[in-house]
Amino acid sequence: MGLLDRHADLLGQYRDVRIQGADPFQIRMDRILSPTEAIINGRRTLMVGTNNYFGLTFDPTCMDAAIDAIRSEGTGTTGSRIANGSYSQHVLLEKELAEFYDKKHCMVFTTGYQANLGIISTLVSQGDYLLIDADSHASIYDACKLTQAEMIRFKHNDPSSLDARLRRLGDKPGNRLVVLEGVYSMLGDSAPLKEFVAVCKKYGAYIVVDEAHSLGVLGANGRGLCEEVGVLDDVHFVVGTFSKTLGAVGGYCVSNDPDFEILRLVTRSYMFTASLPPSIVASVRQALRIVRARPELRQQLWDNVATLYDGLAERGFFLGPEHGPVVGVHLPDRLLAIRFWRALLEAGIYVNVAVPPATPNGVSLLRCSICAAHTKQQLERMTEVMTGIGLQMGVISGTPKLRVVGGAH
Amino acid sequence: MRTAQKLIVENDDVSKTMDLAGDISRDDVIGEISRHLAPFQNGDTPIVGETVISKDLTIDSLAVMDMIMELEDRFDITIPLNTVAEIHTVNELADTILKLHSER
Repeated sequence: MGLLDRHADLLGQYRDVRIQGADPFQIRMDRILSPTEAIINGRRTLMVGTNNYFGLTFDPTCMDAAIDAIRSEGTGTTGSRIANGSYSQHVLLEKELAEFYDKKHCMVFTTGYQANLGIISTLVSQGDYLLIDADSHASIYDACKLTQAEMIRFKHNDPSSLDARLRRLGDKPGNRLVVLEGVYSMLGDSAPLKEFVAVCKKYGAYIVVDEAHSLGVLGANGRGLCEEVGVLDDVHFVVGTFSKTLGAVGGYCVSNDPDFEILRLVTRSYMFTASLPPSIVASVRQALRIVRARPELRQQLWDNVATLYDGLAERGFFLGPEHGPVVGVHLPDRLLAIRFWRALLEAGIYVNVAVPPATPNGVSLLRCSICAAHTKQQLERMTEVMTGIGLQMGVISGTPKLRVVGGAH
Repeated sequence: MRTAQKLIVENDDVSKTMDLAGDISRDDVIGEISRHLAPFQNGDTPIVGETVISKDLTIDSLAVMDMIMELEDRFDITIPLNTVAEIHTVNELADTILKLHSER
């Protein structure tokens, strides 16, 4: 048997996708023009699938900080923090992130994936219980595979489902660690975090919240869902990424745990990988300053979310349950989702296509992520284009529907 | 997604929930598993105790994990996912459920 034979089914499905035209999993941007536009297949294309929530990738001050850092510290660190030492910028970024969250400790990782992988798998061990939301990100699932702790799934965003599982553990020894996400990456919905925190307190469970898609996006100071609902002091660990709102790459974890620093000596995804290059650390530090100094970017983002979400909802599209920086548009099946995606691309609009097994409950989605730098006109045009394609493909009917839209923003 | 989940919860007829204090029979458990697996039946091949869940049916690993969650709530037990990796057939799943239920 060949080593890759086990993927035969997936390969078959993938072939079906590829013979029909542009391949959503091999898309190439010929030139990036701005946070919201690129040249794809020779065409100027509106980018609505970047996770670039504040549009900071082309911020001149972030770019200058990165360029200055390359000139003064070089292109890379060529080693890990533990084996080869930290640059002072790594330490300063950790100090600034800890201050931003008003927490005592911070550790910076080379990617957000590695932050989740390392932190979650290291906090629990044999005899402990790891309880995760059914719709958790792949990095959380993969972390479960790296630990001897028992893994238990609860229903997505359902505190009563978590309660039942913690109750059933009864007085069995071992720590309970619950992993939640501020905003879920496929449908843009937020966790009912206050209710989850109450359940965790009832059973003495520890909490990790991944704010990858909510850093900058939620909370009066942009600290995420924990700040938005006032539970930052009740959450033991917050993890996140630099690759979305902060426009670079990297991950972090902040905490008030007095023994936090020992994690640097036991977290393998921190110890055995090269640390972030100076240019990245410098641009992230500047982007974090912008998040603190320019709350109006958050408002612009949410105004844009409302434009696209409400526009599509009024036309009858079936969307994720509430306003979020990600707007997930449900389509009936995988091939229709890919056909719709191609038609959008040909009309000069790029979104993500998300199909099983990467999606919850086997749904097929067009995944749109909104940027503060989008203009209202761009998003209104996108709504018109999607409506045209949706009518043509029979995804929506001609009569506009008014539906109740959730979400406080 | 939250809507879909809610529907499942609402469809969980409370009166159908097992008498949690009492015993459950192997037939109850097999019946419940078969009900969850029915949508993934491969043609006319019936679902029996020897059915290998991941091989004889058209079910993917995510749907298996979703079924496990439903069975947990139905029988008021916890089936750690580490255990699920070692379960192959309907019979083995039923044995696991009966064992965990008796240990409650």
